[in-house]
Amino acid sequence: MENHKVVVVPCSGIGKSLGTVGRVAAYKVVERMRPEKTRTVCLALLTMGDNDALKLVRENPCIAVDGCPAQCSKKNIEASKGKLAHNIVVTDVLRKNRALKPDGVIKLNDQGEKLAEIIARALSEKVDEIQREEKCE
Amino acid sequence: MTLAAGKVGIICCSGEDLPEGTISRVATRLVLEKLKPDQTVTLCLPLFLAGGEDERAFARVFPTIAVDGCSKKCAEAGTKKYSGKPVATILVSEVMKKYPHLKVKSREKLEPQEMELAMKVAEEIAKKVDEILCKTARK
Repeated sequence: MENHKVVVVPCSGIGKSLGTVGRVAAYKVVERMRPEKTRTVCLALLTMGDNDALKLVRENPCIAVDGCPAQCSKKNIEASKGKLAHNIVVTDVLRKNRALKPDGVIKLNDQGEKLAEIIARALSEKVDEIQREEKCE
Repeated sequence: MTLAAGKVGIICCSGEDLPEGTISRVATRLVLEKLKPDQTVTLCLPLFLAGGEDERAFARVFPTIAVDGCSKKCAEAGTKKYSGKPVATILVSEVMKKYPHLKVKSREKLEPQEMELAMKVAEEIAKKVDEILCKTARK
């Protein structure tokens, strides 16, 4: 049986650069690192209860990528009764990489890009793990 | 609750699945950072659901412009559902029709042509901000 695609859902927070870090990390995974295993969905569409978006998150494992502790992506997936397999908060990763000072919302600075790369690698490993577990079930 | 004087709220969809969602987001930030920094504020759209009453009061405090990437108009609908009816909506896909030579395909990093389109959208938002502020000043 073919594995389900993992749905990577960033919060895309617009107030601070950390929302952009999460968004860029998600695109690195779905467009470059694991394009055959992942996809994304518009979080706003999910929030609005779009039937296709609801079906997608209920039938596929999801990873929430949140910029801040408000965890909008995680909360919206849960409120949609989606299959939340994992969640990551950019501020937690930043705490472990204190030397990095991400900046910029329109365009991330180099350190923001580096943080996004670190998160994207962790997300990719988690995607592999989720799919391995699915195969075992 | 009365409207806050001199400020307009801008809520964009930031749609992750479409390049137009990235345009909505970048255009919004261009308005906030460059075109109308003193007259505009924003809020993350999904925070309406995840946040509390303070966040949901946003569109009752600020006259609000929704910036949507596609015809599903999530920013307009979400703002109306959770906070208050936006005063205006800017639809990226409609603005694109005026500039058929500007193509969009990137979701992550915008190319110069895509940045040009984002600026066109930002200018339309800024024009709407001026209209709203003129109207509220007259009241």
